[in-house]
Amino acid sequence: MTAALTGHAGPATDATDEEPPRPRRWYTPYLLLLPGLAWLAVFFLVPMVALASMSLQTGSLGQGYRLTWEWANYSEALSTFGAQFGRSFLYAGAATLLCLLIGYPLAYAIAFKAGRWRNLLLILVIAPFFTSFLIRTLAWKIILSDDGWVVDTLRAVALLDDGGRLLATPAAVILGLTYNFLPFMVLPLYASLEKMDERLLEAAADLYANAFTAFRKVTWRLSLPGVVAGTLLTFIPAAGDYVNVQFLGTPNSAMVGTVIQSRFLTVLDYPTAAALSFALMVSVLVIVLVYVRRVGARDLL
Amino acid sequence: MPDRRSPAEGDRTSSDVRIEGVTKRFGGFTAVDDLTLTIPAGSFFALLGPSGCGKTTTLRMVAGLEQPTGGRILLGEDDVTDLRPYKRPVNTVFQSYALFPHLSIAENVAFGLRRRGVKDVSRQVDEMLELVELGGFGRRRPGQLSGGQQQRVALARALINRPRVLLLDEPLGALDLKLRRQMQLELKRIQTEVGITFVHVTHDQEEAMTMADTIAVMNAGRVEQLGGPEQLYERPASRYVANFLGQSNCLDGVVDEVGGDGTLVTVQGCRLRIPGRHGSPGARLSLGVRPEKTVAVPAGEAPGAALGNQVPGTVTDVSFTGLSTQYLVRTPWGQEISVFAQNAGGERRVAAGEQVTVAWRPEHTFPLDAAPTEVAEQSGASVLAEARS
Repeated sequence: MTAALTGHAGPATDATDEEPPRPRRWYTPYLLLLPGLAWLAVFFLVPMVALASMSLQTGSLGQGYRLTWEWANYSEALSTFGAQFGRSFLYAGAATLLCLLIGYPLAYAIAFKAGRWRNLLLILVIAPFFTSFLIRTLAWKIILSDDGWVVDTLRAVALLDDGGRLLATPAAVILGLTYNFLPFMVLPLYASLEKMDERLLEAAADLYANAFTAFRKVTWRLSLPGVVAGTLLTFIPAAGDYVNVQFLGTPNSAMVGTVIQSRFLTVLDYPTAAALSFALMVSVLVIVLVYVRRVGARDLL
Repeated sequence: MPDRRSPAEGDRTSSDVRIEGVTKRFGGFTAVDDLTLTIPAGSFFALLGPSGCGKTTTLRMVAGLEQPTGGRILLGEDDVTDLRPYKRPVNTVFQSYALFPHLSIAENVAFGLRRRGVKDVSRQVDEMLELVELGGFGRRRPGQLSGGQQQRVALARALINRPRVLLLDEPLGALDLKLRRQMQLELKRIQTEVGITFVHVTHDQEEAMTMADTIAVMNAGRVEQLGGPEQLYERPASRYVANFLGQSNCLDGVVDEVGGDGTLVTVQGCRLRIPGRHGSPGARLSLGVRPEKTVAVPAGEAPGAALGNQVPGTVTDVSFTGLSTQYLVRTPWGQEISVFAQNAGGERRVAAGEQVTVAWRPEHTFPLDAAPTEVAEQSGASVLAEARS
C-alpha cells in the first residue's frame, strides 16, 4: 500500500518539475500536412486531371464527351493557334523585360534611397491592387484612345502619324502587361535588395571596385534571387493573360489566353481549350526550367 | 593639437599617413575635431578610445568612406583627401567583416586583385590563405566559416593587395575572449611578417597595449595623448588617460616647493614628492599613482626608506583576485585609494578596519591636470598646459 502510494507520488512530483516526454507519434507530421494536401488535391490535382482528360476527349456539348485519347487535339490546336502561342511568349517576354528595366531602379531606390518615404512608396507600388484588374486595364483603354490626350500629343509632336493610333497595337498590349505586372517584379526585387548589407558596397569600394563594378559584382549578384522570382512572377501570368489583349489589342493580335478563353466560353470547344491550356502550362514550365538553369539560380529559388 | 608630436614627426619621409587638422561634423555633432596625427611607416598604430570618440570616423576618412569636413589626409607625400575609396592604396578589415556572401573564400580574397586586372591570382590567394592559416578553405562560402575564420578571411582579403596602410576597424570585437587573445598575437605576427603599416581601431586598452607600437588615446574627437604603451601607462598626461589605461589614484594638492630634486606637493597635510619641476609654490597640482606601485603597511611600522610618499588611512575593503590582493584604503579626508599587493607569497596581509600607511616611491608619481573646474593660472605650468591641450 505504502509502496503503491510512493510509486504513484514519484512521477506526480516529477511532473511539476518538468514535462514528462510525450510519446511522439510517427503520423503527427502527416496529420499536420493533411489540410494542405487536401487543399492541393481538391484545387490543383483534381482540376489538372480533369483538364488533362478533357484535352484527350472527343465529342460535343450536345452529345457529350468521351475519353478517346485523341492526341490529335494537341497537334490540331497547336497548328491552328501556333501564331497566338508565339505572340503570347513574345509579348510576355517584352513586358517582363520592360518590368525589369523599370522595376529594378524603382526597387533599388525604395530599398536604399527612400529613407523615411520607404513605406509610402511601397504602399504606392501596391495601391493599384485596390482597384480591379479589369477597371485598371479599361482605364488604359481610355488613356490610349484615339481622341485621348496621349495620342493628340504624340500626333502634335509628329511621333505618331495623323492617322496613327496607340490602341489596338502590340505596343499597347505590351504596355498594359507591363503596367499590370510591374508590382510582381518590384516586390521580390525590393525584398532581395532590402536585405543586402550596404557595408558590402563599402567593402567593394575599399577593394578597388568603382560604383559600376560594385553594382555588377555585388548588388546585382545578390539581387539575382529577386530577379529570378520577379521575372517568373511577371512572365508566367503575362503569358496566359487575355484581358490586356482584349481591351488594348485587336482580335488579329490575339494571345493564347484569348483563344483559350473564347474556346471555353464562346465556342464551347472544350477539348481544344483544354489541350491549349495544357500545352501552355507545359511550355511555360519548360521555359522556366531552362531559364532558371541558365541563370544558375536553382539553389536560389 | 599642436603640442602632440609623434616620435617620427621630424622624419617626414618615414611617415605613411598624415592627418592634418582634420575635422568631421555630422550635422551639429563634431565627431573628429581638428585632428593632427602622423603614423610612422611600418608601425602598428592603435587608435584607442571609448565608443563615440571619433576613432572609427578617423579610420573611415583615411579609407575614403567618409569625407572630412575640413583638413587634409596624406599617404606618404600624396594628398588623398579627395580621392575616391577605390583609388586609395589602403584596405580595410571591417568590424562586421563584410565578406561577400555569394562568393567563395578564394574569390573573396581575390576580389581586390581581380579589380586591378591581375590575371593569375590562384597562387597568391593560396599563399595568403596559408598566411592566415586557412589553407584548403578556398572553396567554402563565408557562411560556412566560424567568426574567427571569417575574421581571418577579411584580413587576407585586405592584405593580399599589399596596401600601403591596412586599416583595422575593431576587427576582434565580435570574437570571444580566448579567440581574441589568440588573434591579437596572430595579427602582431602577421604585421611583423608583412611589414605593412597597420592602423588599428579599438576600445580595448589591453588589446591596444598588447599589439601596438604607438597608441593614440582619443577622447571627444581629439587625441589626448600619443606614445608607446609603456610611456602611456607610466606617464599618463591627463586624468582621462590615467583612468582609461588601467586604474589610477588621483590626489589633488597644492605646490609647496619647487627644487632641484623635485617638487613638493601638499595633499591634505601630507607632503608628497614628485620628480621634476612643476608649477610654482601655491599653484594647484594633482598627483597620480598606479595602485600596483603602492603598498599598505600597518600604521606604526616603517614602510621602508625608498617609499618616501606616505598617506595614512583605514582599510575598508579587501578582495583577493588570485594575481593580487586589492585593498581600498580610506584617507582621513574621505578619499578612497586602491592598493594592489602582488600575490608573490610571504608578504604580510592587512585586514579590513586596520589602520595603515599607504606608501610609494616618489619616482612612481606622475603629474596630472588639476580637477576640471580648477584652471591653473600659472603660465609656467608647462606640463599641465600640455596635458590639457
